[in-house]
Amino acid sequence: MHRRLGAKMVNFGGWDMPVEYPSTGGLVAEHKAVRGSVGVFDVSHMGDIRISTARSRGGALTAVQHITVNDAAKLAIGQAQYSAMLYPSGTFVDDVIVHRLGDDDFLLVINAGTREKDINWVRENTASHDCKVEELSDAYTQLAIQGPRAIDVLQKLTDVDLRPIRNYWFTHGVVCGLKNILIARTGYTGEDGFEIYVPSDVATSEDVWTKVMEAGREFGIIPCGLGSRNTLRLEAKMALYGHEISENINVWEAGLDRYCKMEKGDFIGRSELELAKDAGLTRTLVGLEMIERGIARDEYRCVNEQGEPIGVITSGSPSPTLSKNIALAYLPPSMSAIGTTVYVEIRNQKAKAQVVATPFYKRAKKSASPQFAGAV
Amino acid sequence: MTYPQSYRYTKQHEWIDAKDGVGTIGITDYAQHELGDVVFVELPKPGAKVQVGKSFGNVESVKAVSEIYAPVSGEVMEANADLEATPEKLNSDPHKSAWLIRVKLADPSELNQLMDAKSYEAFISDKNKEASA
Repeated sequence: MHRRLGAKMVNFGGWDMPVEYPSTGGLVAEHKAVRGSVGVFDVSHMGDIRISTARSRGGALTAVQHITVNDAAKLAIGQAQYSAMLYPSGTFVDDVIVHRLGDDDFLLVINAGTREKDINWVRENTASHDCKVEELSDAYTQLAIQGPRAIDVLQKLTDVDLRPIRNYWFTHGVVCGLKNILIARTGYTGEDGFEIYVPSDVATSEDVWTKVMEAGREFGIIPCGLGSRNTLRLEAKMALYGHEISENINVWEAGLDRYCKMEKGDFIGRSELELAKDAGLTRTLVGLEMIERGIARDEYRCVNEQGEPIGVITSGSPSPTLSKNIALAYLPPSMSAIGTTVYVEIRNQKAKAQVVATPFYKRAKKSASPQFAGAV
Repeated sequence: MTYPQSYRYTKQHEWIDAKDGVGTIGITDYAQHELGDVVFVELPKPGAKVQVGKSFGNVESVKAVSEIYAPVSGEVMEANADLEATPEKLNSDPHKSAWLIRVKLADPSELNQLMDAKSYEAFISDKNKEASA
């Protein structure tokens, strides 16, 4: 279907995914549509794992607590949280969104590239827990409708009142005539928006996609690909597996401390994280902005004035919102203060950059909290 | 967009317009389309030598860096300075005003190895078929 829309495709984690849709303006137009109005992404490549009660109540919660870093016990039913699964070394298996579907019923949304590994990891490490693990990845088509007008688009397609759904909360309701659809106020763009999970058969998926496009026409909705998904998440400093987080990087280095609840009790990776905390950081994730001409790209080296290696770029790109060249990099803590000058090696030449505050882009907070906003 | 009949083309999607021992070199409409929004162009300085089949510069779009390969060997006479301030011209006018460099040809017979417009169009039409297969 995406090819019919003129999409350029790429293989991503075994999935044929649209990178961008040149016929509707391409990457930059997609990026700006999401920041300014609304865009829609097919993110069906994301994986879904449900962990629920087997025999005794509480088994699923205990299992989720054991394999993830955030405190799932704090979640209300209908609430989601950003979290991560760690190896015993305190480094990342993957980052996940944990949704609490019921008292002892959870949905973990995982990355495409790590799907196989993740599901095996979850099965192995919950085997001794009293819970049921199901992989539902192939059951859902996941669409992300993102941007300040996403709410207006989706509201036309559902009888659920979307306004009371707060950021990182979700509900179930009728969407495009389909019953019991999971509607979550989540996304990977740094913008307001929703993700919906519809049955994955081709006819249903295409029908929902078409209805979203029609509902969004008055707001200038366009289909968006992996290219703009990447620039949007980079501006918002959201981590990408294999870049900012990986099996070699721990939670503290990635700066994800606030999602890691050491006080909740034991979980996989916790003891190594305690040791790592005592030992102190040797590298930390910082935002860079290029001062000299040049674009820092993934895996380029960072060097000091003398040209000695000090770190590495994890993600880098021109920022369509800021019209600057931005990047995320791992640098020694001594080089991480805002305003510090560092250099990026671009094709054997040093280009000057400086450490800046992150996120690079933060959406303006509405004057009222979302549950009251829009009540005109 | 049409591919000028008088130009010669490479499989890496560069074109060359050669007259009187001087070749103007650029990237094709197909290439700019594949790249997407061009934001940065890095070119050699006058006097630099380029070698057939070897990279002589880079074009960057938002999503990626692509090397540009010389269709012929020669010495750079001029680089298109306009592209520093307005790299997006490579998207809008790749076959004309957004040329990259002019070179003094070292060996004009190298031109015989390149495709004419008709062969190049057949070449990219095969590529498009592959992509939509």
